[in-house]
Amino acid sequence: MAVSKLFGAKIKRREDPRLITGRATYTDDMQISGLAYAEIVRSPHAHARIKRIDVEAARRQPGVVAVFTGKDLQGVINPIPTAWLIPNADLKTPPHPALAVDTVRYVGDGVAVVVAEDRYAARDAAAQVRVDYEILPAVVDQQQAMAAGAPLLHADVPNNQAFKWALGNGEATAAAFKEAARDGVVIAQRFLNQRLIPNAMETRSVVARYNSGSGDLTVWYTTQNPHIARFLMSVVTGLPEHKIRIVAPEVGGGFGSKIPFYADEAIVVFCARKTGRPVKWTEDRRENYLTTIHGRDHITDLEVAARRDGTITALRGKTWANLGAYLSTAGPGIPTILHGLMLTGCYTIPNLDYVVYGVFTNTTPVDAYRGAGRPEATYLIERIVDLVAAKLTLDPADVRRKNFIPPDKFPYTSAEGLAYDSGNYGPALDKALAAVDYRRLREEQKRGPRNGKLLGIGLSTYVEICGLGPSSVVGSTGFQGGLWESAVVRLHPTAKATVFTGTSPHGQGEETTFAQVVADELGLPIDDIEVVHGDTAAVPMGWGTYGSRTTVVGGAAIVLAARRVREKAAKIAAHLLEAAEKDIVFDQGRFYVRGSPDKAKTIQEVTLQAYLAWNLPPGVEPALEASAFYDPTNFTFPFGSHVAVVEVDAETGQVALKRYVAIDDCGRVINPLIVDGQVHGGLVQGIAQALYEGAAYGRDGQLITGTMADYAVPKAHMFPTFETGRTETPSPHNPLGVKGVGETGTIASTPAVVNAVADALRSYGITTHLDMPLTPERAWNAIHGQRREVKAR
Amino acid sequence: MIPAAFEYFSPQSVKEAIGLLEKHGDDAKILAGGHSLLPIMKLRLAQPKVIVDIGRISGLSGIKADGQKVAIGALTTHDAIERDAVLKEKCPLLAETAAVIGDMQVRNRGTIGGSAAHADPAADYPAALLALGAEIVAIGPKGTRTIPAGEFFVEMLTTALKPTEIITELRVPVLARGTGAAYQKHPHPASGYAVVGVAAVVTMSGGKCQSAAIGVTGVAGKPYRATAVEKALIGQSLDETTAAKAAAHAAEGVDPQGDLYASGQFRAHLASVYTKRAVLLAASRAK
Ligand SMILES: Cc1cc2nc3c(=O)[nH]c(=O)nc-3n(C[C@H](O)[C@H](O)[C@H](O)COP(=O)(O)OP(=O)(O)OC[C@H]3O[C@@H](n4cnc5c(N)ncnc54)[C@H](O)[C@@H]3O)c2cc1C
Repeated sequence: MAVSKLFGAKIKRREDPRLITGRATYTDDMQISGLAYAEIVRSPHAHARIKRIDVEAARRQPGVVAVFTGKDLQGVINPIPTAWLIPNADLKTPPHPALAVDTVRYVGDGVAVVVAEDRYAARDAAAQVRVDYEILPAVVDQQQAMAAGAPLLHADVPNNQAFKWALGNGEATAAAFKEAARDGVVIAQRFLNQRLIPNAMETRSVVARYNSGSGDLTVWYTTQNPHIARFLMSVVTGLPEHKIRIVAPEVGGGFGSKIPFYADEAIVVFCARKTGRPVKWTEDRRENYLTTIHGRDHITDLEVAARRDGTITALRGKTWANLGAYLSTAGPGIPTILHGLMLTGCYTIPNLDYVVYGVFTNTTPVDAYRGAGRPEATYLIERIVDLVAAKLTLDPADVRRKNFIPPDKFPYTSAEGLAYDSGNYGPALDKALAAVDYRRLREEQKRGPRNGKLLGIGLSTYVEICGLGPSSVVGSTGFQGGLWESAVVRLHPTAKATVFTGTSPHGQGEETTFAQVVADELGLPIDDIEVVHGDTAAVPMGWGTYGSRTTVVGGAAIVLAARRVREKAAKIAAHLLEAAEKDIVFDQGRFYVRGSPDKAKTIQEVTLQAYLAWNLPPGVEPALEASAFYDPTNFTFPFGSHVAVVEVDAETGQVALKRYVAIDDCGRVINPLIVDGQVHGGLVQGIAQALYEGAAYGRDGQLITGTMADYAVPKAHMFPTFETGRTETPSPHNPLGVKGVGETGTIASTPAVVNAVADALRSYGITTHLDMPLTPERAWNAIHGQRREVKAR
Repeated sequence: MIPAAFEYFSPQSVKEAIGLLEKHGDDAKILAGGHSLLPIMKLRLAQPKVIVDIGRISGLSGIKADGQKVAIGALTTHDAIERDAVLKEKCPLLAETAAVIGDMQVRNRGTIGGSAAHADPAADYPAALLALGAEIVAIGPKGTRTIPAGEFFVEMLTTALKPTEIITELRVPVLARGTGAAYQKHPHPASGYAVVGVAAVVTMSGGKCQSAAIGVTGVAGKPYRATAVEKALIGQSLDETTAAKAAAHAAEGVDPQGDLYASGQFRAHLASVYTKRAVLLAASRAK
């Protein structure tokens, strides 16, 4: 593929001016005449039986249009489905009513909805809805939830076990462990991957308008995947799919939390139909913390078997994944398919025996949060590789190198059965170590603490799975959809282009990168290209933005469509130039006969002719547009090496991140600025998991970290300047050679930082395992527990 | 996060404001920068029926040196205090404290009077006000009175102010010769408030500590003077060891509060460490 002007260029994001000057239109900005506002009354209890709901006082409040309860929705709004029915796991799918009727199962579960003339009236009236609850015992911890005698959330789900998913080869793994116990090392460790709150800057919002005359429903809302939303809206409301239009206007971040189909959108649609008014609902931040999905929340017992030279021979473990009170849209797939299948990471670990239990608890449902399963897997493997190195007193970089999948083994089939498309792990590690000056840091560390500060260096060499994904493969994992992507490239008579994508970017920058790709393919100025997404009335079916698939799958569809346009244009150009099509050269927007570049037809001239259609070659239809539906043949597997350098204050346990080097390989890079931006954002979220973030529930199921004053959303001043770099190993099967980079930062950085802190403590003789977030108190307790005086240097 | 309905008044004078407070009694709340009051109203933890916005009353903000005292108007923002040249010279502790409050938006709106009146147990100023021996000037229906900082902070979110009194000014002493001051803070990673904040004012003479005043915030239910530390410091030549020894008393006599981020025991430990650091820094600045 010829490298042309814009592919690889550092072009500033075209979407930024409107976003940073307040001229973007988000769902909550929508104004429609007659708009009413909904407020959802939510359970203050984690687990309770609803004895009675009295809505009369609320109905009498000024400005109230209507009040509905779960009973009103019964039979009209179907239960909220899950869309990832993982097979061979005895998956239980208990019904999830949009508004609870008998039982509430987490704090925030909806019980009633008030529609009023304005938001204030709705809020005030909601406070007047009286609900008699019989409080039931709650359970928030997934292991406790599976214990005998634990409160049961759903009638037909014994032990609250939603599924049991197993992977690997138990016998071979047992043999490898036996051998290691005899003549190598076996290490066992419990790892907690704490619950996180996604914190998109924009909270969720829905505006629904139903036209009873035409039967058309339009829903503007904060979704990452409008077509999936339309599909599920049709299933849940019973309205036919062709009568539903879903629009995702500007969406202010999602990080996975805007993938699911929530009860709230169905409730708002119900309200709009019943009242005959367009209805808006926007969650406030507290509601967002309670009802928008959370991420992670795994407890894992993991064992590793290794030879004395550091060769890892097997992994064995069990994970208890907290799914919350109900199965969210992709809930069952995240801790299994996107997690278990990536456990052996970038290493040639031949044996694996792994079980994941999905567990219901009285907490907010858990689903995909940036990285979705892979951060949890990477955390496990990258932490345990470090433990192997420590046990054998080997350098963690050497142990990684020893176990890397060698470059000549690609495509490589992992123990989990995935076919890694391409990879070259050594050079990324070399580059990262050189960038950070690893040897010098190790020497410095040997000299001991300085000013009471313990120096730590942490590595993370990750591989992840992106570009979701080949439809038949994801279908075999129980995903109730395809994951191909669509594109339409339409040239208008003046050769301005509109590009339609079935993906739904919401901050990732594809309005820029996609325009770059099309500009190259068609020789158009980038300003002549508009990228349209997020409206089911404008864009053909597509599957949305998540799983670092947008550029990989959506971009591939676009490049194929653009090439079809170019081929057709070439036919018309050949006709106009009175030449054979095979003799036509296309270069920078000009078609000419090979050898005669002076006599050219520009893409603009050809486009106009295509529309005028006065003189088209025989058999060629008028106009100039093409569509493509691209179903990838495989996933993509980006990788890289990250290094964190920390100082731990021995007196306070405070961790200071001093440097962070990220060398990523996401295949070919369309726009380095955007790749850096994605890496930076991911790093911040991943590092924050290591050091700051963590959702906590009381035993009664109350969310203790219920506001931003309690839950530590990271801030810019907490981070050093990130040092990013790249190696480039194109995906061999992707038409653009790209691999995806939306989640690598989150996936790689959490273990890098935790390894760095563990390394700092180890340099000081402390080997206590610490759970995230690594708060000063946790680190200090570890130091304090094995106290030695820190000598000033 | 939508507050309950309230009536809004914007008096033009202190007198008018006091009149409104008298009229509406417990239903009324003063609004200054709004950065403590509005968040709790949005959570409906406070639902005042009447808001008396003192923001438009002239003469309540600004900083002026007045002999041995610096007077700071109640409506002076954290940002103005951080940047003020007079304070930087005459009472740098207050400017240093203001600089680590919240973030820029908070410092642009929040006021020193509001912070003092709100008496959040994790607010920063109270440590400095206690260590400085500041005075809080308030006007009520019965006239003006001056309340020493040591008597002002009664308990968590409670001060010696009457509901009908308005803080008009805070007065802090000009830094004396041979005295140094410092504020050291461990911010909460979420809220930015002080998990522990220690303000130290240390006077040195002949290489020895002649007097010390230590204000501590964030640790207990209310800010306090660490008197045991102060006593232990007197007569010491201050180095890492002597300061640490004295600072070990930082949480003596108080009940350290614990939360998800830091247990009471750990807060007490942090109080000692930050006290040591503040004392050493203050001593190094004493000239
Ligand atoms: C995100 C965020 C982070 C913050 N971080 C910090 C921090 O790190 N450290 C810190 O110390 N603070 C912090 N704050 C609080 C901030 O400093 C507030 O501005 C301050 O506590 C209150 O001042 P205000 O002018 O906003 O008062 P308001 O919110 O207007 O009022 C607070 C209370 O004081 C009363 N009041 C106000 N003025 C007077 C007066 N003149 N006389 C009598 N009563 C009065 C009001 O009736 C009310 O009860 C933070 C706030 C936010 C929102």
